[in-house]
Amino acid sequence: MAKWGMVIDLDRCTSCQACVTACQMENNIPPPDAQTAREGRAIAWMELIPFGEGQGPEAPVYFLPRPCLHCDQPPCVKVCPVGATFKNREGIVAQIFSRCIGCRYCTTACPYTVRHFNWRPPHWPEPMGKQLNPDVSVRPKGVVEKCTFCHHRLQKARDRARADKREMRAGEYVPACVEACPAVAMTFGDLSDADSEVSALARSRRAFRLLEDLGTEPKVIYLREGD
Amino acid sequence: MGREAHALRINVDDDRILLRPITHTGPRFYLTVGVLLAITGLGTYAYLQQLRHGLGVTGLNRPVFWGVYITNFVFFIGISHAGTLISAILRIVNAEWRRTITRSAEVITVMVLLFGVGNILMDLGRPDRMLYVIQHGRLQSPLLWDVCSITMYLAASIVYLYLPLIPDIAILRDHAGRRRWFYRILALGWTGTARQLRILERLINIMAIVVIPVAVSVHTVVSFVFAMTIQPMWHSAIFGPYFVVGAIFSGIAALIIAMAVIRWVYRLENYLRDVHFNNLGLLLLVMSLLWFYFTFSEFLTTFYGGEPAHMEIFWMKINGPFAPHFWTMFATCFLIPFVILCNCRTRTLIGTVIASIAVNIGMYLERFVIVVPSLSQPRLPIDEVVYRPTWVEWSILAGCFSTFTLFYVLFTKFFPIVSIWEVQEGRAKSIAEVTERIRTYMPLLQDEAPAEPSAEGEQIWPSGAAREAQAALSRSQP
Repeated sequence: MAKWGMVIDLDRCTSCQACVTACQMENNIPPPDAQTAREGRAIAWMELIPFGEGQGPEAPVYFLPRPCLHCDQPPCVKVCPVGATFKNREGIVAQIFSRCIGCRYCTTACPYTVRHFNWRPPHWPEPMGKQLNPDVSVRPKGVVEKCTFCHHRLQKARDRARADKREMRAGEYVPACVEACPAVAMTFGDLSDADSEVSALARSRRAFRLLEDLGTEPKVIYLREGD
Repeated sequence: MGREAHALRINVDDDRILLRPITHTGPRFYLTVGVLLAITGLGTYAYLQQLRHGLGVTGLNRPVFWGVYITNFVFFIGISHAGTLISAILRIVNAEWRRTITRSAEVITVMVLLFGVGNILMDLGRPDRMLYVIQHGRLQSPLLWDVCSITMYLAASIVYLYLPLIPDIAILRDHAGRRRWFYRILALGWTGTARQLRILERLINIMAIVVIPVAVSVHTVVSFVFAMTIQPMWHSAIFGPYFVVGAIFSGIAALIIAMAVIRWVYRLENYLRDVHFNNLGLLLLVMSLLWFYFTFSEFLTTFYGGEPAHMEIFWMKINGPFAPHFWTMFATCFLIPFVILCNCRTRTLIGTVIASIAVNIGMYLERFVIVVPSLSQPRLPIDEVVYRPTWVEWSILAGCFSTFTLFYVLFTKFFPIVSIWEVQEGRAKSIAEVTERIRTYMPLLQDEAPAEPSAEGEQIWPSGAAREAQAALSRSQP
């Protein structure tokens, strides 16, 4: 069974936010209107967050592209009262929008604050509402949503492989953010396969995970700047 | 009337004043109900707005996903410990002064629980899916523990309120004159025979014992909702007992306020006497000290450990954006009640009421200071958000208070708020019982013949101290 993971090389990342935009388009995330922006309630499954190391003016600050980290020990899954979020067999922390009751327990339990709540009904300016991705459901007001590692792309890739009566090839399933990265800073693949590129990168001496000491075992691994 | 001998003789004329709220209704009542209904209407309108436009009408935002509603939930569930728990403990220890106050306490529990649960439901993004909690419930989630525990508590509290109400409902059936069919159904054919009384008292005793662990579990699992996460200053092993102590603390304060209002409105000075306020004031003092002890332990442990993520929250409370809330809480939960209640000259009716109002304000702030700051400073930096509740949240809070008060007022118009039969039973039996009980504590003199307890309870013991104790006990009888 595959264990999907992502490596983000901060040495290559230019903070261009192509991943952020690609994610918005792929996953039917409405662009914030004036009111939403003013309230600071824009939804972004992938976002750039400043992350300092140490203190003082000399301390480096990175901009981390941060999707859901798909923890192997996800604190959000533990607390969900209705099983609307769960870790599937391939390690993806999934969210069932039609099950979520909107109690926002998962959002408070997540130490990375990656989860978003639909404070208002989604709204697209014309004509953006006519070009939604048919593979991703639109979320109503009142439910929680987050990055799914573009799970629908996995389903499609698998269906294609099954139709051709073959195994799914490495690189056939890639989330939108990874596909869009112009600096090739992001790598996606199977962490359980020791020969995969993503596994090799994850073993790098530059590799680190966010808030590792919390024991959440994220499957998004960052590579520190500087070879 | 039953054929068996009546074990409990009720003389309604002795306590006619307790039936007055039910038989007489003045303009003051309609005015009160009108004002309360108006505030409830405002709260309802606010909630309908939220239902229509989503939780965006609140001040909530990422990362402060929980705010006033969750604070209300914890606060109201806390208040609910007033009734059932206090009343059960006083019953079990045979505190005779409980007789006039248990009913008003038990009503608080049942009514306020509805608003605790209601606030959780109003906090849901999709209230239409609330039954998923039963259909798809995951017992691994602390929220499910809440659902189980609170449901059990509500059920037990209703039974525990109803049982001691039965003989009083029978009195109403026989004497109130109005709504006779209603009381006849609820009285379950009570006639006050010795057998009925025996069964009733046994059931009350069983329920009094059952509700105590349930009540403790309720606020423990409410605290577990926070403590089970790894968020800074939530993830604390002390939270269970800390919340239970806070709950009993705010519960007693709410009870004192309710009793003072009842005493004033229905002129029950003869029933809710100064000694009740004195005794409850002492209990409140003890809880205030306990609350201080827990708060001190919690903050010292955090400070000494000095973990950066925890310290961020710690300083937000001590001298950051939540400092006004924190220090007001400290003053109203500890300083004010302590100063008033530790002095027997200020531990009067007015004094205890002032202390109780302070405590309830403080405990609301305490819940707020627990819920909001831990969410305001997440471990990973994102846009800074200051949580400012909107008019919707405040209106719903006001609506909850007014509807609670409305339900309470209506209860007093349908049922006696002071237990008539328990008062009469106390007058008839408990002085003798207490005398007898105290005799069993005392080492008997060799030549002392087991004397019959006299009416005044005098001249039973030769010792002056014993006579004093006896006199003190008699004074505390209503």
